[in-house]
Amino acid sequence: MVPGTQRGKRIDELAESGSDGSAGISLAASAWRRLRRSPTFLVGAGIIVAFVLLALVSPLLAQHDPALRLLEDQVSRADNSIPAPQEDFPLGGDQYGRPLLSRLLLGSQQTLLVALTATVLGLGGGLTLGILAGAFGGWVDTVVMRVVDVLLSVPSLLLAVSIGALFQQQSRFTVIIAVATVQIPIFGRLLRGTMLAQRASDHVLAARALGVKQRSVVFRHMLPNALGPVVVQATLMLAVAIIDAAALSFLGLGAADTSTPEWGQMLGSAQNFFDTHPHLAFWPAGCIIVVALGFTLVGESLRDALDPKKRR
Amino acid sequence: MLRYTVRRLGQLVIVAVVLSILLFGWLRALPGGPVSALLGERATEESRAQLVEQLGLNQPLYVQYWKFVQRAVTGDFGVSTGVQPGTPAMEVFLQRMPATLELSVLALLLAVAVGVPLGYFAGRRQGGWLDNLSITWSLIGVAVPVFFLAFLLKYVFAIELGALPASGRQEVSINATHATGFYTLDGMLTGEWDAAWDAFLHLLLPAVALSTIPFAVIFRITRASVLDVLEEDFVRTARSKGLSARVLRGRHILRNAMLPVVTTIGLQTGALLSGAVLTEQVFNITGIGQALSLGFQRQDYAVLQVVILATAMVYVLVNLVVDLTYAAIDPRLRER
Repeated sequence: MVPGTQRGKRIDELAESGSDGSAGISLAASAWRRLRRSPTFLVGAGIIVAFVLLALVSPLLAQHDPALRLLEDQVSRADNSIPAPQEDFPLGGDQYGRPLLSRLLLGSQQTLLVALTATVLGLGGGLTLGILAGAFGGWVDTVVMRVVDVLLSVPSLLLAVSIGALFQQQSRFTVIIAVATVQIPIFGRLLRGTMLAQRASDHVLAARALGVKQRSVVFRHMLPNALGPVVVQATLMLAVAIIDAAALSFLGLGAADTSTPEWGQMLGSAQNFFDTHPHLAFWPAGCIIVVALGFTLVGESLRDALDPKKRR
Repeated sequence: MLRYTVRRLGQLVIVAVVLSILLFGWLRALPGGPVSALLGERATEESRAQLVEQLGLNQPLYVQYWKFVQRAVTGDFGVSTGVQPGTPAMEVFLQRMPATLELSVLALLLAVAVGVPLGYFAGRRQGGWLDNLSITWSLIGVAVPVFFLAFLLKYVFAIELGALPASGRQEVSINATHATGFYTLDGMLTGEWDAAWDAFLHLLLPAVALSTIPFAVIFRITRASVLDVLEEDFVRTARSKGLSARVLRGRHILRNAMLPVVTTIGLQTGALLSGAVLTEQVFNITGIGQALSLGFQRQDYAVLQVVILATAMVYVLVNLVVDLTYAAIDPRLRER
């Protein structure tokens, strides 16, 4: 599948440069032209931009200290200890009596940060493995791919849970490492495939024949052309990272309850109150779903835009 | 074909060996350990040392590993120390496996039964209302955390509406015979149809929750694959030959479009097992998913080893079978 895609891309490019006589439209420009018209992309990008902005200004919007306990001063303990919505606190309090809305607002920062860091780490690890395997081939490829096989043969959540369990204390760092570990083999295998296709391509053979240095061939001729699908995957992985981090929290392997709130952890700790106070779970879950949806939409539309079969 | 099969089987063995070594080292690197898990933090040094001796934990790691392998090949994975203390780990696995298998198979059936036809019709009418609706549905499905969906289903259908059972595998009041451990199957085999039906009802909500991600993936692949096939020359040829719509649909489009779908179904086993860990937790089903999360909490090496190794092997085997089927159909794949 991958070699065909790459070949199709090149033929397409040739056809384009031939047809209008110019140097041809670059893949990125053509992709962008189609992205701008795609409602999927616009909705997804809109969601992401909105949430990133929200995360940036959330310290200004949040009216209360996220660690503030409403119980002691403002609210009586009568109603099952979970404060109901009231004037200053539109969503009421959580199970510890802390202001839900402020925690939700501030939670956007941590959630985006966890997903982004995990994906960057996963991408970094995957790129290293993929470049090693795809650029050198031979026994390096075999060894790297067997390691990837082993990692991929453990269901993703099990892998994350096991990595998470390795660390003595539960922290956000643990969650990031666990989620990143799941992504490394996925990126690695993907990049290896696209790199191998590049290795056999005419422009790489030409560069080799001209005596271009190995390092230059790998980083200037192969890698840039092999990255397209990886970028798409990375966008989709951001969505997966948010959901995986939430799953770890749900299983009790997320960050221990800290003063800086995070949606996955809020959702995870709301599970015991689901029957009586479902709104405690609905709010963070809703936020997670919308943001994950945003990243998924952007990833899907990127994939479509980069698909050579749809290029015009 | 034979060479290809042998080579792939060799890879399977390598994965098994490497995984078992990794697993062995990794589980022992976990904080705590079975001694504290079994005896608690306040145990005396003496009883601690005795247990360490008894479990063979004082020997060098490679000796422990070698003993582990020797016993593992005979199916002896040691005794559970945390999940079901005192029970052989293999037995814990075998007791719990049917519940997870039942759940996963039903979820996969649901995903295929809904995803494949929907993907087919969406692909045939690209851009139509059914296409747009199912794409939207599958996109949202992927964005919803599995355990939240499980909670939601449980809340709406079990707690608010009371239409379906909220947890467990079967009502306790039903005194069913359990021959195989597959509660739905047991009921059918012994003729206790109400027991089978009850077990099935218990499975429904968790299976629906578990099926969302496989459904989304299967739907998208089927749709994309149908779109690809529709553009193929042979479909155009068949159409211009004047073949009836039924022959065209069945023999040309559907059959060729199903190849990538079969592969995807194989790959979804991993997603199912991951999802099962979460759904079993929400619906309190005593399957291997629950054994895993319990195993990690209570540092039960024996159970973790058998469960992780077995699930990884199942996953690798399923994909091996898929690849072999594929290679049998398409000889080009054997070359590499």
